[in-house]
Amino acid sequence: MNIMFKPSSADDILRPAKDIPLESMDVSDPRLLETNTWHEYFKRLRDEDPVHYLPDSPFGPFWSITRFEDIKFVDSNFKLFSSEPVIVIGDPDEEMSLEMFIAMDPPKHDVQRRAVQSVVAPKNLAEMEGLIRERVIKILDDLPIDETFNWVDRVSIELTTQMLATLFDFPFEERHKLTFWSDMATSSPEMTGGTTSKEERFAAMNECAAAFIKLWHEKAARREAGEPQGFDLITLLQTNEDTKDLIDRPLEFLGNIILLIVGGNDTTRNSISGGVLALNQFPQEYDKLRADTDLIPNMISEIIRWQTPLAHMRRVATEDVEVNGKTIKKGDKVVMWYLSGNRDERAIDNPDQFLVDRENARHHLSFGFGVHRCMGNRLAEMQLRILWEEIMQRFEKIEVVGDAQYVRSNFVKGYTELPVVLHAKA
Amino acid sequence: MAKVTFIEHSGEQHSVSANDGQTLMQVAIDNGVPGIDADCGGGCACGTCHVIVAEAWRGKLNPADENEEAMLSMSPEPQSGSRLSCQVEMSDDLDGLIVELPEFQM
Repeated sequence: MNIMFKPSSADDILRPAKDIPLESMDVSDPRLLETNTWHEYFKRLRDEDPVHYLPDSPFGPFWSITRFEDIKFVDSNFKLFSSEPVIVIGDPDEEMSLEMFIAMDPPKHDVQRRAVQSVVAPKNLAEMEGLIRERVIKILDDLPIDETFNWVDRVSIELTTQMLATLFDFPFEERHKLTFWSDMATSSPEMTGGTTSKEERFAAMNECAAAFIKLWHEKAARREAGEPQGFDLITLLQTNEDTKDLIDRPLEFLGNIILLIVGGNDTTRNSISGGVLALNQFPQEYDKLRADTDLIPNMISEIIRWQTPLAHMRRVATEDVEVNGKTIKKGDKVVMWYLSGNRDERAIDNPDQFLVDRENARHHLSFGFGVHRCMGNRLAEMQLRILWEEIMQRFEKIEVVGDAQYVRSNFVKGYTELPVVLHAKA
Repeated sequence: MAKVTFIEHSGEQHSVSANDGQTLMQVAIDNGVPGIDADCGGGCACGTCHVIVAEAWRGKLNPADENEEAMLSMSPEPQSGSRLSCQVEMSDDLDGLIVELPEFQM
C-alpha cells in the first residue's frame, strides 16, 4: 500500500520558487527532488534567507541551513547540535526505535563507530580491490551494446548490491534482499516523504533482522569449525571486544546493520547513475575524460559533490545558538541541506557546472563534516574509481537516451530510471 | 621562518619553510606535500590532514582541544603523536619540526 504525501500547500503543482513567499517556502516537499526542480528553491534560500525557519510543515517546524560554511559550522559542533534521536527530517516511529550510531552523540557514538569502522578502513580496502574489480568487469561485460536498457537496474543497483553482499559475506544469490531492505528503511512517508507504508516497512525490518541473526549464528559456527576468518563485517563485529555480544542487543544489532546497508547502498548507487547523467549533460567534460583518464579520481569527487546522494541531515539544538544572524532556540529541529551547500556560489566556483578537472574537488559536503562524517568515504571512492576505470576501457560512450526518473524523497537524492545505450570502443 | 620536514609513509622526505602563524596543514598544501587531503579546508571537521608528530616535538606544540581529540578518535589507525595538521600553529620556535604522514587518510 502506498501513502500519498500531503504537501503543506494546497497546490497540486509545485509553483516556481520566485512566486512563493519566503516565509512559507517548504523545501521538505519530496516532490522537489522527484521532479528535479529543487535548484531554484534552494538558491532563493541561500541568497535571501540562508538560515530559514518554517513554522509549519508535514514534518513539523524546522530550520533550513543552506550555505556551505553554515552547514560546516552546524555539522562540526556535536555539542550544540545533537544527532539524537534520528538524522532525517521526520520523527521516528515509536514502535520501532532502532539504535544506530549515526543517531547517537559522543561518547556512546564513538564506542560503537570504532567497533565497525575498521571494516571500511583504507587498510582493509586493499584486500577488497581485486574482488570488486572482478565483479565490475563481469557486470560490464554482460551488458548489451547498442540497445536501450535501464542503467539504474543493470549497473548501479547490481553493483552496489553485489558489494554489500561481499562486505557482509551475505548469501550471494539472496543479495537483492539487501537492496530491498535498504529501500524500505529510507522511504517512510513520515520521515523522508517516501512512499512505503509502516506495515510494509516493519515487515521488511523484521525479515532483515531474522536473516542477519541467522547469518550471525552460521558464521560463528563456521569459524568454530575451523574455517579461515574473513574480512567481512559480521566477522569483524564478532571478533571485536565491544561488539562480540551485539546479537544480544537486538535493536542496536538491527539498527547498526541497517545503517551499514543504507550507508553502502543509496549513496554509491545514485553516484553511479549521477556520473553517467552528468557526463551526458556536460559533453565537453566527457571529451576531457576520454582524452585523459588520469582525471578519474578527481572526477569521482566531483561526481559525489554534483550528485550529493543524501540531500540532508537533521540535528536538534541543545541550547540557544546564533547561526548567521538568526537565533535557533534550544530544542529546535535544524536541517542541513547538503545538496544546497554543495551548490553554494560562496564556497564553490560555478557550482552548477560539472567539471571533471575541478580544482579542490574534494572540498564538498556529501560525506558530512565532524564526528559523524561518512566512514565509508574511501570505499565509495574506490568503488566508483574502479567502475570508471573499467568503463573507460570498454565503452566509447554511455549515451543517455531518455528522461531520468527521480526518487520521491527529501533525503535520498537519486534515480529510479536512467535509459542508456552503450557504444563500444572502436 | 621555521623549517618543517614531512616524511611520507614511503619514507620520502619534504623539507619546507613555514611562516609564523600558518597552520601546519597550510604549509603542506602551499608546498604541494602529497598525502594531506584537507577536505574541509582547515576546520577540524574531516580528519584528512592527519600527521604523526615526532616524539621530541610533541610537548612543544599547542595542545589538541576537545574537538580535535574527537576527530582523531575516529581514525582507524590512531597513534601516539597523532594530530590534525590544521590545528597545529607554526611559530619560529618550531624550527626543525618533523612529522610523519600516515599510510592512509581517513
